[in-house]
Amino acid sequence: MKNIRNFCIIAHIDHGKSTLADRLLEFTSTVAEREMQDQLLDNMDLERERGITIKSHAIQMNYHYKGEDYVLNLIDTPGHVDFSYEVSRSIAACEGALLIVDSSQGIEAQTISNLYLAIGNDLEIIPVLNKIDLPHSMPEEVSDEIIDLIGCDKSDIIHASGKAGIGIENILNAICDRIPAPKGDPKAPLQALIFDSVFNSYRGIEVYFRIMNGTLKKGDKVKFVNTGKIYNADEIGVLKLNQEPREEMRAGDVGYLISGIKNAKEVKVGDTITTVENPTQESIQGFEEVKPMVFAGIYPVETSEFEELRSAMEKLQLNDASLVWEPESSVALGFGFRCGFLGMLHMEIVQERLEREFDMTVITTVPSVQFKVFSTKGDEITVNAPSDMPEPNYIDRIEEPFIKAQIITKSDYVGAIISLCMDKRGQIKNQNYLTSDRVEMVFEMPLAEIVFDFFDKLKTLSRGYASLDYELIGFRTSHLVKLDIMLNGEKVDALSAIVHRDKAYDWGRRLCEKLKELLPRQMFEIAIQAAIGQKIISRETISAMRKNVLAKCYGGDISRKRKLLEKQKKGKKRMRQVGNVEIPQEAFLAVLKLD
Amino acid sequence: MAGIYIHIPFCKQACHYCDFHFSTSLRHKSSVVTAICQEIALQQQYLGNQTINTIYFGGGTPSLLSSEELLQIFSTLHRCFNIAPDAEITLEANPDDLTKAKLQELAASPVNRLSIGIQSFHEEHLRRMNRAHNAQEAYYSVLYAQDAGFTNITTDLIYGIPAPSHELWLADLTKLFSLQVQHVSCYALTIEEKTALGRWTKKGSFKPSEDEFVAEQFEILVAQMQAHGFTQYEISNFCLPGFESKHNSNYWRGVHYLGLGPSAHSFNSHSRQYNVANNAKYLTALTQNQLAFEREELTVVDQANEYLLTSLRTIWGCDLNRLRQFGVDLRVQQKEYLDELLQKEYIRIQDEVLYLTDKGKLLADQITLDLFLEPQAQA
Repeated sequence: MKNIRNFCIIAHIDHGKSTLADRLLEFTSTVAEREMQDQLLDNMDLERERGITIKSHAIQMNYHYKGEDYVLNLIDTPGHVDFSYEVSRSIAACEGALLIVDSSQGIEAQTISNLYLAIGNDLEIIPVLNKIDLPHSMPEEVSDEIIDLIGCDKSDIIHASGKAGIGIENILNAICDRIPAPKGDPKAPLQALIFDSVFNSYRGIEVYFRIMNGTLKKGDKVKFVNTGKIYNADEIGVLKLNQEPREEMRAGDVGYLISGIKNAKEVKVGDTITTVENPTQESIQGFEEVKPMVFAGIYPVETSEFEELRSAMEKLQLNDASLVWEPESSVALGFGFRCGFLGMLHMEIVQERLEREFDMTVITTVPSVQFKVFSTKGDEITVNAPSDMPEPNYIDRIEEPFIKAQIITKSDYVGAIISLCMDKRGQIKNQNYLTSDRVEMVFEMPLAEIVFDFFDKLKTLSRGYASLDYELIGFRTSHLVKLDIMLNGEKVDALSAIVHRDKAYDWGRRLCEKLKELLPRQMFEIAIQAAIGQKIISRETISAMRKNVLAKCYGGDISRKRKLLEKQKKGKKRMRQVGNVEIPQEAFLAVLKLD
Repeated sequence: MAGIYIHIPFCKQACHYCDFHFSTSLRHKSSVVTAICQEIALQQQYLGNQTINTIYFGGGTPSLLSSEELLQIFSTLHRCFNIAPDAEITLEANPDDLTKAKLQELAASPVNRLSIGIQSFHEEHLRRMNRAHNAQEAYYSVLYAQDAGFTNITTDLIYGIPAPSHELWLADLTKLFSLQVQHVSCYALTIEEKTALGRWTKKGSFKPSEDEFVAEQFEILVAQMQAHGFTQYEISNFCLPGFESKHNSNYWRGVHYLGLGPSAHSFNSHSRQYNVANNAKYLTALTQNQLAFEREELTVVDQANEYLLTSLRTIWGCDLNRLRQFGVDLRVQQKEYLDELLQKEYIRIQDEVLYLTDKGKLLADQITLDLFLEPQAQA
């Protein structure tokens, strides 16, 4: 056990975590060069393309140092705020962390919160200044930032470049020298922390764990403490580039367990594995049920594909336990699902995976958060879709989730970011200069305001030099209203939204204008109205179609023209109908990108 | 009864709006003519034993053909087909080609109907469309043709060209009526993707007219034509009594036709076929005595939809009983929609024939596609 080192990497997106991890794997000959694929740890296509880690992974390296053989377990962490709970569990499985900072950019908001998580878990932090070979790297300034943050010595900071292969050996040596060996009693009852799970279509769910105390043998009857379920440990082993089965694993080890579990829901990250024979009395602390923060409807583009969508969602859920959904129906969109996501990125990922892995094109409705509505009778209703909102006269008050948002940016963008956050009903709570031109700002604001185009705007107005992290701080009363959109007097439920009263007028007006652009002319006039309750707050009119006729229709035109019209008819069929008005899908999507 | 269409794929210059198949290099003109004659021989069975009563030279610019080339084609046609003595033989001509001498030659040939591509009498518009002729040539070409003895002349005009008012369009129509032609085809300027105007529109440097503006010009056109004794026998075609284009009318009545030359289409009730739209590929194939075309078999649904598409545009209307023969009963399948169209006066139905009203003609494509049968219903 004394030669085991369990560590994770804390880094911001783009700071070179994956490349550096690849170099560690190469240097320790964990992968042969010909097997090397860039960003080896990110094994989902989507991850590799976006350069982010969505799920955490783990890999074991062997390293010979100062005459001793070390086993290094790298537990990768997801790099996005949506997945902060997973990050916290990965951190809990380690004794040390590499803090990787891009020497040309400095520390970002999320790095800081993850770093605090790591420090809070007593992890040994090894600071690494990455991309040191870049001409515009600023090792001095960034080193000062790091020293301010973790109070280390300047000499503790390793200079490295994943791309150029600089500093790799120093990092490996530091891992052996500085990170403590795991503690834990191999003879105690088994206590293993589940930090991730992966779906394998042949073998079921693979559970990734770290043994804190005790010993796990192949064939043991194991129990997951929080779910109470019992399985047989059919196969256990360590995670090399490929899995290597073992007969026995002990305190300090990191590995995988296969026990024929079919559904990801049964495996909860943070849960404790113990044996049935000699169960532990206490589960590992910090377990939480992941709760969705953002809700949206997902509907098949072709109404007839509802069952296919259901089966795709079921399969998706097998390896994404944080995705929750239930069937819902909409007048405009037909049958679909109300889904809960960890955050906006998670929502995008689900949508993209549906398209890529299941070839399902879907319409996503305006994302919403979960509101608490207190009725005049005094009962509390949870509302996560505009359609569930009671009529205004039954509502006493509405509470919405608020967050603490931490933003780190360059001082040049402070003004613009403050006004963005104010516009999003934010209140500035703190402003702190990390260096002369890097500022950390803390805002309190409604979650509802950031689930919608906030991140894009933040990135745009800071030219990418702003990072965001947030945490939920509770529910607060707000003056919210349900805004409806009507076409020729019929409500289009899929376009309804719950918005703050002060913004309803602006929202309604912009939405009406946008719909005027997107709805095709029809053979009659179309009135587009935005309303709060019975009150119309905005209106646009699309006049009736005046002309739709091609000039020529001779011998060579007939078949081309027939096909053109058939195609248009097919396009029309794909539109959704509310009352007598046909609505193209783009109209539902455009709501997500107002401006 | 059947028709023959011959595509002459050459032009002096490319008009900015045109996406028909043509080449502006005339180098291969005589070899293409020879190849067309070859194709005539290869295709002499296509129309069975039907008598040919219309021949149409389209393009491109058929007036670029020399009298020898024209003769070469005619003699081949006569050798391979049974051509009615009173066949309507139309040739499309550009005003700049119609010199007095050229017109003498044409008058002496079997051509008995001239289609003159005037497009506009307004200098600025002709320039903007990159026509090869000016306004004066446009006007005189018609007079010269009449002098040469042509008594069945049709002219093309384009409307909906961006302009501050309808004044120019009215002026074009007035000038046209003064020429006393027998037939007029009027087309709304259509922006095709693969043309100069298409590219400029995409880039934003050309702004097409609003639908409302074009619709108003169509209404002006229809009213003016009525006032001058012309019948609108198809959405874009107007004539004095008895001067309908027989050839084009046959397209809309499902008469069989054989298309010759690059990009030409042929039809025989059950299939359509289209020659390769590439002069070099066409030449290569025919040099080896081979045809280069693609064929599309028409399902019953296709046939019904084509009937709807073409018949609704004409004065003869869409015979609901004929559609019933295809297995479609609009009265049953589209009852609500027909009621709505009737109520809004987009259509009228008389003796089980459905006609578009003037208002409905502007929405012909919309109504057609709404009435179309689902292609999936084919099985």
